[in-house]
Amino acid sequence: MAKLSQLPIGQEAVIASIDASSTAAVRLLEMGMTPGCHVKMIGSAPFGDPLEVEVRGYHLSLRKTEADLVEIEN
Amino acid sequence: MSVDAPAETLTVALVGNPNTGKSTLFNGLSGIRQKTGNYPGVTVEKKHGSFMHKGQKVTLIDLPGTYSLAPRSPDEMVTVDVLLGRQSDEAKPNAVLVIVDASNLERNLYIVSQVKELGLPTVVALNMSDIATRKGITIDTKKLKKRLGLPIVVTQAHRRDGLDKLRDTIVSLADRPGKQSDSPFPPEFCEKVDELHAKLQQENAETPRYLAERLLLDTSGYLEKELIGGGESLHDWINEAREELSKAGQPVPAIEAISRYQWVQKSLEGIVTREKVAEGSFTDRLDKILTNRVGGAIFFILIMTLMFQAVFSEAIAGNLTALIEGAFNQLADGIDAELPDGALKSLINDGVIAGVGGVLTFLPQICILFFFIAILEDCGYLSRAAYLMDRLFSKVGLSGKSFIPLLSSFGCAIPGIMAARVIENRRDRLITILVAPLMSCSARMPVYVLLTSAFIPPTTYLGGWIGLQTLVMLSMYLVGIFAAVCVAFILRKTILPGETPPFVMELPSYKFPSISGVLMVMLEKGWSFVRRAGTLIFAMSIVIWALSYFPRDEIAATAPFAEEVLTIQNKLATADPEEATKLEARLGVIQHTIDGQLLRGSFLGRAGQVIEPVVRPLGWDWKIGSAAIASFPAREVIISTMGVLYNLGSEQTEESVELKEKLQNVKWPESERNVFNVPVALSIMVFFALCAQCAATLAVIKRETNSWHWPIFTFTYMTVLAYLGAMITYQVSAAFLLN
Repeated sequence: MAKLSQLPIGQEAVIASIDASSTAAVRLLEMGMTPGCHVKMIGSAPFGDPLEVEVRGYHLSLRKTEADLVEIEN
Repeated sequence: MSVDAPAETLTVALVGNPNTGKSTLFNGLSGIRQKTGNYPGVTVEKKHGSFMHKGQKVTLIDLPGTYSLAPRSPDEMVTVDVLLGRQSDEAKPNAVLVIVDASNLERNLYIVSQVKELGLPTVVALNMSDIATRKGITIDTKKLKKRLGLPIVVTQAHRRDGLDKLRDTIVSLADRPGKQSDSPFPPEFCEKVDELHAKLQQENAETPRYLAERLLLDTSGYLEKELIGGGESLHDWINEAREELSKAGQPVPAIEAISRYQWVQKSLEGIVTREKVAEGSFTDRLDKILTNRVGGAIFFILIMTLMFQAVFSEAIAGNLTALIEGAFNQLADGIDAELPDGALKSLINDGVIAGVGGVLTFLPQICILFFFIAILEDCGYLSRAAYLMDRLFSKVGLSGKSFIPLLSSFGCAIPGIMAARVIENRRDRLITILVAPLMSCSARMPVYVLLTSAFIPPTTYLGGWIGLQTLVMLSMYLVGIFAAVCVAFILRKTILPGETPPFVMELPSYKFPSISGVLMVMLEKGWSFVRRAGTLIFAMSIVIWALSYFPRDEIAATAPFAEEVLTIQNKLATADPEEATKLEARLGVIQHTIDGQLLRGSFLGRAGQVIEPVVRPLGWDWKIGSAAIASFPAREVIISTMGVLYNLGSEQTEESVELKEKLQNVKWPESERNVFNVPVALSIMVFFALCAQCAATLAVIKRETNSWHWPIFTFTYMTVLAYLGAMITYQVSAAFLLN
């Protein structure tokens, strides 16, 4: 299974699971990144980190390390 | 106030996500009738507004913008406590007003699902429908009303559309009882919450069910400490309950987001339609440029340069400043004519008007700065800036979230330090607070403006677009930023080690800024500066004046020169023009020496002379040293102190132009060498860029960190840094420029 951080720019995927043991993950859940939800990779900041994704119709920024907590299925 | 009695004043709490136009709505509803303060013990701003509608008085409590009512820190707890009526200094709200962003309904309904569980009458303001339309989103409001079981009012807060209808709906809620809604959670989870609720009620019958639910969901341990204070048996029970739920496929804490978003999706089914807008949305297209690797950086630098050019421009800031100066000059002239010479006149003109007036002339620049920051925030660019800057900040162990507090610190470190509350991570927040005073605030601007305009030649480059003065001022800002980066990095590596905190943040849609909102922020900040100038700086001006006026032995100071003055005056009567000029020059020198003698004898002068050997390596004379000591309460005081110190004649107007000329002509005692030159001006500017001469900032750090340890630490490290920085600046620039 792939991680959200590996999703290429412009591609969409479905969230499979999220490792909810950290505060960052609880935050991601509250912001709508729940299993089964669609997520699209929009791009990254000038230095390649953080990432910008589209989820539930809005744009969210998160670091690569945080995107590593999210498993996706294509 | 009892909850059941018909309320004379209706108390309504306003909650909602950040970037939904919440403050615009709050301002629109309550106008200028606002009161701000702080909740005790924590650092959350307490903001009240009020309005009368159809004979009903309504008090509106503006709670901090949040995505979720899930407290994991004392500050987040305040919002929940206010809503549940547990905040002792706040009436229990009669109703809740939730503002939601129509263009972003799914995520915004998450908090609505939490508010519904509080059991309070609730009204939803569906805001920013214009942006939703632009994004191709249409919402069937009637159906949504039914699904949510809540009244919905469509508003466009920035145009004041729908506010009257919203007031109608709020007032009509007064007679309506709150109703407990169905929980979005699965039955097994609800049973556990009920059990826990019963257990908590044995301790305190008042405990609301929502807190029991939160206690079960909060894996951070904060609520356990807050609510049950380490009760062993309850702790074990909660852990067992979580394990059981996990086995039943309802893992804590993920189950909350899963259940609530399921409820949201069900509520929105068939209600929201999305059309594909051609070529992506306005935000997407703009973002392609603004957060692009190269374009983003260029745009960022452009915006910052534009901002500072506007702040220091003659056309706007210059003219407004001249207006304020003129008013104070007239006042001083009036007093000069009305009052006899002596201590009282000196106190009013040299102390109060010079001090407060001198500082108030910088009000236009402060307002312009806040005007720009408010516009950037309102457009949605500030979050983008945080996103662009995160990588840089994470290099020093901070997050892009520190960007906003640090940017605000360019206006004033006090709101900046308070804005650091948005940073959840304590360590991250602490470092941000400790380096925030290194950002050049508006109080340094008087120092920079005075010294640059007096000593840096007004050379311009690129056809007049960039001035040398602007570049020097910009470099002072860069000195502060560079120092902050180094200090943050060192703090991370030494006394405040730890992991870099998360950076999960919404990037809101770009929108046109609300002019009234921007003006409101500008006036609020400007007023708080005036209040500070009016109180703290007023008091300090008097103290500093007294320290430099007393003790005063005029006879002793004038006696050695009495004979010479008399001889010169006699000679002047018969002297030819050439000789008269020489004699008058000699008289001027004598007067300077007498003034110097009087000051040297004053308390401030004595203190300054004691430290003169210490400040000599910075290129300073004892007066600059005295002014630096005197500016401990607030940096801007250095202007008034220098005014008092160098301007002891009888024509006392603390006009910046006069002070500039005065400074340009100050000589070292018994020599023709100027005290002030470019290296000295740069050395003073660098010192003030880095020093902690602001009592109010130190007091805020004490309040925000709840300990004297950190303000003392801040003062010490900044003073050492300022001294070393100023010394290096002076020695290096003197080696280059003076030889």
